[in-house]
Amino acid sequence: MKKLIRVLGVLVVLGLVALAAFIFVPVQRTGPATQLAADFKPAKGQGEYVMRAGDCMACHTNEGGKPFAGGRAIQSPMGTIWTTNITPDKETGIGNWSLDDFRAALYDGVTPNGTHLYPAMPYENYRKMSEEDIVALYDYFMHEVQPVSNKVEETKLAFPFNMRFGLRAWNWLAASYAPGFKPNAGQDEQFNRGKYLVEGAAHCAACHSPRNLFMAQDGIDETSKAFLTGGEIDGYTAPDLRGPESGPQKWTTEQTAAYLSTARNAHSTATGEMMLVVRDSLQYMTKEDNMAIAAYLKKIGTGGENAAAAPASPVVTETQKMLTEAKADMPLGPRLYLDNCGGCHFVTGKGAGETFPELDGNSLVTAKSPKGLISVILHGAELPSTADRPMKMRMQGYDQRLSDEEIAALATFLREGWTNKAAAVSAADVKAVRDLAHH
Amino acid sequence: MARTEKKKDVVLVGFGWTGAIMGIELANEGLDVLALERGHDQATVPDFQYPNMIDELKYGIRYGMMEKPANTTVTIRRSLDEEALPYRSLGTFLLGTGVGGAGTHWNGLNWRPMQSEYRLKSYVTEKFGAGVMTEDMTIQDYPMTYDELEPHFDRFEKVAGISGTAGNVNGKIIEGGNPFEAPRSDEYPMPAMPSTWDGVKFRDAAKAAGYHPFPSPGGIASKDYVNEYNMQMGPCNHCGFCERYGCYNYSKSSPQTAIIDALKRKKNFEYRVNSEVLRVEKSTDGKTVTGVTYFDHKTGEEVFQPADLVILTAFALNNVHLMLVSGIGQPYDPNTNEGVVGRNYAYQITGGYTLFFKDEDFNPFIGTGANGFCIDDFGIDNIDFAKEGFVGGAYWRAGQTNGQPGHTMPLPSGTPSWGAGWKKGIGEWYGHAMNIGAHGSVMSYRGHYLDLDPTYKDRHGRPMLRMTYNWHPNEIRQTQFMKQKMEPIAKSMNPTTLQEGFKKEGAMFDVRPYQTTHNTGGTVTGDDPKTSVLNRYLQSWDCHNLFVMGANTFPQNTQYNPTGMVGGLAYWAVNAIRKDYLPNPRPLV
Repeated sequence: MKKLIRVLGVLVVLGLVALAAFIFVPVQRTGPATQLAADFKPAKGQGEYVMRAGDCMACHTNEGGKPFAGGRAIQSPMGTIWTTNITPDKETGIGNWSLDDFRAALYDGVTPNGTHLYPAMPYENYRKMSEEDIVALYDYFMHEVQPVSNKVEETKLAFPFNMRFGLRAWNWLAASYAPGFKPNAGQDEQFNRGKYLVEGAAHCAACHSPRNLFMAQDGIDETSKAFLTGGEIDGYTAPDLRGPESGPQKWTTEQTAAYLSTARNAHSTATGEMMLVVRDSLQYMTKEDNMAIAAYLKKIGTGGENAAAAPASPVVTETQKMLTEAKADMPLGPRLYLDNCGGCHFVTGKGAGETFPELDGNSLVTAKSPKGLISVILHGAELPSTADRPMKMRMQGYDQRLSDEEIAALATFLREGWTNKAAAVSAADVKAVRDLAHH
Repeated sequence: MARTEKKKDVVLVGFGWTGAIMGIELANEGLDVLALERGHDQATVPDFQYPNMIDELKYGIRYGMMEKPANTTVTIRRSLDEEALPYRSLGTFLLGTGVGGAGTHWNGLNWRPMQSEYRLKSYVTEKFGAGVMTEDMTIQDYPMTYDELEPHFDRFEKVAGISGTAGNVNGKIIEGGNPFEAPRSDEYPMPAMPSTWDGVKFRDAAKAAGYHPFPSPGGIASKDYVNEYNMQMGPCNHCGFCERYGCYNYSKSSPQTAIIDALKRKKNFEYRVNSEVLRVEKSTDGKTVTGVTYFDHKTGEEVFQPADLVILTAFALNNVHLMLVSGIGQPYDPNTNEGVVGRNYAYQITGGYTLFFKDEDFNPFIGTGANGFCIDDFGIDNIDFAKEGFVGGAYWRAGQTNGQPGHTMPLPSGTPSWGAGWKKGIGEWYGHAMNIGAHGSVMSYRGHYLDLDPTYKDRHGRPMLRMTYNWHPNEIRQTQFMKQKMEPIAKSMNPTTLQEGFKKEGAMFDVRPYQTTHNTGGTVTGDDPKTSVLNRYLQSWDCHNLFVMGANTFPQNTQYNPTGMVGGLAYWAVNAIRKDYLPNPRPLV
């Protein structure tokens, strides 16, 4: 008995020591993935390009604030995370950071004083970035970004998420793989360029992969089944990119690339967060890089080679027949469609070219969460001005014109019309989205 | 009191079609370009958005898109003996304001003039003898040829996004298009719009009579479209809210759909709204201009904006007014027939038949501004002026543009205009009427001109522009000729009843009912400084760093809607500015 107590005592002490070590022993920081030549200098513009690919500006710039001065609120399930000032200001920014400090933030999610970053900072993905790109990005932030003195609000999550040391264990699960990029040897250069951007800087999986039990991305490359099969961000659905019905699989590679660089293509348009990604990041990628991303996504489709075949000659759906007949006693949903939507999106639900997106088979319309669709009906949507498509095309919102019940009926019709099959929308769903705007 | 702004390479006065064209072409040359717009800023969404825009009372009746006469207007008289009075209540023409200008509220009908129109005086004289012209007729040739302008028409049609069926591509006549059009180097960028039933009925009747119907060409998108500036249009849904409205659907050609968002991306381009240019400032020797003075409506002060190059890109009447108040070029005097600024003002003459069919449903809620079918069998090229006793021509069109009950509800004459009888008439005839219209040329005359009003001043203390205009017997003969030719066609369609609306001998210019906004002339282009304000590149004869765009450059009015010509001339002029003027600024002629 005494022996047992003694053993237990030793175990408790060991446990306390281990806990103390877990909390207080500094995290081992990852070094460079490759050794660069001593005289390595990034090419002119390379750092800014990496910044665009990584979309640093989107999170680290507040609405109306100075670039990279932080202070933007990121709503996470654990609470509000305030983004940091990453300008080279020595007091409030990262002006005192060394290259190793900078790399550790991108690879390990730790700041120079050992504080763990919350994984809203996608270091799970940035860990794949090459040493060349890290150096170029560091060089850009230190020399090309204007220092801004801006002390941002401190992130204060509720217990237990305020115990940042806990992230150490999380990192063992999520970000312990060997740093840097491992190309897929069986694939060509274009595939691997796309793979590098998607998995690394562009951190597509942060939204488009589901999260596992531990809230980590379920898979960080194409060898994982769940990788890029759809996720959720702030209650909005980030669509699947790999299934046979997904955009990158149904569209041609050129169409997907056009979507990435202009927020629009012959089928669809980017809305919500993805519109911001195009506006702030992807429109600045070269044509070749967006083609590489599109080609990579196409190749990692899960539906097999034939999934991408163009649909057979257009079928006249029951929905189209009903809308064309336009009988006086038609239900509320389709009637509202004819009165408000059909002029652009047509009775076919196919829209027109790059101007009016198709609603039949549109991932926003059929998304698991109807929040995105409701938001577009209520508030409209605007496409950003891009070099290849400068027009800020905008759909007007209907919040002044349609009630919660009407929008629910209309959205339900859209989700069940033509070949769409998605769950109905309730007036309460609409009210919840409408109320968000009146905060 | 006046402030001075930083000098610009180019200042554009007005930000409509020609301002947007000049803006993007010169910004592409790397110049620092500033557009000054008198009115407000406006974009498709939110300003034209559905359903707010399709408000007939606000826009169709109360002219929500137009400049208020209390702010800017003209005075009008019909002869040298009359006292001109201000045009206080909008009627015969509608002057737009704001970004996009008239290019936002037009119907979209887009044409190139016929081949003889570019050298009208020579054509008339050579073919019929000078005797067919009236003594007071002051028509003249354009100083450039159709062949020179053709690539620029083509370019404008592709930028604006015009739907239509070509009838003559490089001399090859194409079935279904207009066989009388000047040869074009390429098809229209989009196929023609489908027509409503009234247009189809007219097409069949015209064909049966041996004429050559073709779908009317217009800046209404028949499909999705992307132009050279990567700007986009979406297919029209035929809602019938074109003229007097901004298009909510990205379907009507406008500076907003064709150019502006692409232009806004350029760091060397800027535009300022609520900035009303008061005058162009001349250098001390009068050989160049130094910039413009504008009134900033936000701060309530006058601003001097220096610039190396000034281009007037406002509406026709405003361009002429600015030249007159700035003292550039000699004002025209009809008594001596000397001077040039204000000379050769012309309007447009229209007439037509309204046909009522008891048993036809025309569904007037379907329409576009450029709907239906046309014929050009009575165009200028096709009329024997010596035989018929007039100079001119007209194109005909049938195709409903709208069925808005407030201002488009034709009733048989004799129907009471109010009360139970009116209601009964509406019940009986709404949706059962169609129209065939003749859109005719107007020649220039010694007595038709623009000058500064001796009595009335605008809100800035400038003399108002005075218009002296009346229907001329030559045009009355032309429109009566159209009536005589149209009557058998109209009757062949077997309407229940029909009525004509053509001007008759002795008709006086009546500014109350809407007729058309096609005002032309006043600063015409020519090859003689004694009879023109602008040389063949639309450059001022007096000040070489001043160019003037618009329908005010037409020596006489064509038989067509002017926008196609205005756009073609703008591309022609900017091509000369880019390639010839900028490398060596000087008088180009």
